[in-house]
Amino acid sequence: MPAAEKLQRWANIFGMITAVLMLVNLYNIFIMVPTEASMGVVQRIFYFHAPSAIVALAVAFPVTFVYSVLYLWKHRLWHDRVAFCAAEIGVLFTTIVLTTGPIWARPVWNTWWSWDPRLTTTLILWFIYVGYMMLRVYTGEEQRGARFAAVFAIVGFVDVPIVYLANRLWRTLHPQPVIFGGAGSGLEPSMRYTFLFSIVVFICLFVFLLLQRLRLERARLAVKEIKQEMSFAAP
Amino acid sequence: MSALAKLWAVVWKDLLSEFRTKELLSSMLMFALIVVVIFSFTFETGSTATREAGPGLLWVAFTFASVLGLHRSMIHEVERGSLHGLMIAPLDRGLLFLAKAIGNVIFIFLIEIPTFVLFAIFFNVDLTVGLEKTALVFLLGTIGFASVGTLFSAMSVNTRTREIMLPILLFPIQVPVILAAVHATAGALNGRSWADLADWLKILIAFDAVFIIVCFVTFEYVLEE
Amino acid sequence: MSLSASAPAPPPALAITNLIKSYGSFHALRGISLQVAVGECVSIFGPNGAGKSTLLRILAEITRPTSGEIAIHGQPLRDRPLSARRQLGVIGHQTFLYDDLTAAENLQFFARLYDVPARNDRIPAVLAEVGLEKRAHDRVRAFSRGMQQRLAIARAMVHEPSILFLDEPYTGLDQHAASMLTQWLQKLRSERRTILLVTHDLQQGLAMADRAVIFLRGRIVWEGATAGVEPRAFSALYFDLVAKGEQ
Repeated sequence: MPAAEKLQRWANIFGMITAVLMLVNLYNIFIMVPTEASMGVVQRIFYFHAPSAIVALAVAFPVTFVYSVLYLWKHRLWHDRVAFCAAEIGVLFTTIVLTTGPIWARPVWNTWWSWDPRLTTTLILWFIYVGYMMLRVYTGEEQRGARFAAVFAIVGFVDVPIVYLANRLWRTLHPQPVIFGGAGSGLEPSMRYTFLFSIVVFICLFVFLLLQRLRLERARLAVKEIKQEMSFAAP
Repeated sequence: MSALAKLWAVVWKDLLSEFRTKELLSSMLMFALIVVVIFSFTFETGSTATREAGPGLLWVAFTFASVLGLHRSMIHEVERGSLHGLMIAPLDRGLLFLAKAIGNVIFIFLIEIPTFVLFAIFFNVDLTVGLEKTALVFLLGTIGFASVGTLFSAMSVNTRTREIMLPILLFPIQVPVILAAVHATAGALNGRSWADLADWLKILIAFDAVFIIVCFVTFEYVLEE
Repeated sequence: MSLSASAPAPPPALAITNLIKSYGSFHALRGISLQVAVGECVSIFGPNGAGKSTLLRILAEITRPTSGEIAIHGQPLRDRPLSARRQLGVIGHQTFLYDDLTAAENLQFFARLYDVPARNDRIPAVLAEVGLEKRAHDRVRAFSRGMQQRLAIARAMVHEPSILFLDEPYTGLDQHAASMLTQWLQKLRSERRTILLVTHDLQQGLAMADRAVIFLRGRIVWEGATAGVEPRAFSALYFDLVAKGEQ
């Protein structure tokens, strides 16, 4: 378990970085970047939608996976806690994707939902995250719950790419209008810059939220360990 | 005795036990048949909408019956403590997973056959078309479902929420299998060629191969108390 | 003058060092150390929740210790190959038997799992040893508790293990079955098998064992040879310790 001061220091650092960068990001998104030709103002939501998706799929989920493997290997409860916290925040970002998606789709493509492979995979990811958290919490004994959740996280992580591929195959066989145009495809330079910048900011936001969450978790775990030591020493 | 022989011993024990009581098979089959019957007559038979919805309905029946069966099959071992007896034996726990999964595949496949027959009657399916392709899809889909299902059922029986936990965990993971199985079944029944079905079959085979390995490796962590 | 070459002493059947098992704030075992020599019989006494069953579960690899070392015949538990489990026989509260299979089928199954040579001769023999040869083809579901326990003994013995763990085997047995169990245990003793016997029956446990151990709240609070120990005195000592522990 890392030292409390260390967590606090890094949380503060990332907090400041995120705050500053987010201000710049908001400026970029709402003021600097030009309005997209065909979709209009609502397209700006893309700069929240896509980076959230990248964080949920490519940052939070791999963190959960890696710490799950670590837990099964080393059996240290802290690893299970990091995996769980990353999943919690992953749910947050996934929810952002699933809400910004329809908000964007409705005015532009006149539909609340499309079974776009990326969006569909994100939806399934949401269920996997929530299932993971339920499994962790609803298993009676702590270590067993941690083990179960870790195994599920590993299965889920291996599964998500296959979900995506299966969905892609389905869409190629039943072509639908391409919604949520490919990231970085045909983006004009200032748009690409805004997009990439937003990704970096959202990653910083994730790290900040994770560190804050871990500070709380560390405090909880420390109290638990003290209680454990006291009860061990008792006759 | 070779590992294969021990594997077969466990599968044989499961099959023998079940065939004496038939409690698992009968309850799974009844459930699957009821699902097919009740949801069949909500559709107009013969219309295009029905033909398209058919394979989906069939797999809904299969997956829900499977979840029942997987849970019951694991509860059986856990309740009487016989799972511990298997854990203390000189039997690799990954091998134990394979044995349990094979047993589950056999049970589920056995109820799929009569369910499909009933389905064929209601939906006027031409059984001379693509039968062998359909059988292969059933088998591959069932393997995908039963492998991850066996692993998850070992977890779900140990949670406070029991049966409910299994479909919550299993269904999101099974999306590729369900998607591929439904589409491949539809294709097979409509007389598509092997080439047309190839992509879906590849997904099923890839899923099965990957997850048999993942479950084989992780099963011991789930058994351990 | 000749130097007598003595063979090195065989490693103890069981060497448990500072075993700890914690479930969060609940400590089932708080540093158990115990050595059991080959052929020794050790009785383990203690109130419920003292950690006795937890110890057996760890030895049987059903649960993993939080920390500590265990070696069986000198081999650390985590390094032991799977085949080493053949040396262990376990009899617990649960029989591990399959209700819908016959007695013979149950034994066939376990004989296959445990690589028992000449199964088809061994199984009738072991059934005869526990007096169930006439019920070989009856389903276990129809057996009484005593008969099930006898079959469980047959199951545990079919592969002739050198180490036996018995977790309160007398529970629920009638007089007849209980005396059968005692006879059988004595036979095992004469065969120099190592036995770990967890029991609430102080008298039986003392009579059977070479050494006795008392568990309380996850620790060993008393350990000693049973030779010459007077049952009533031991009983008084035991209840005294337990009463003190409850305060």
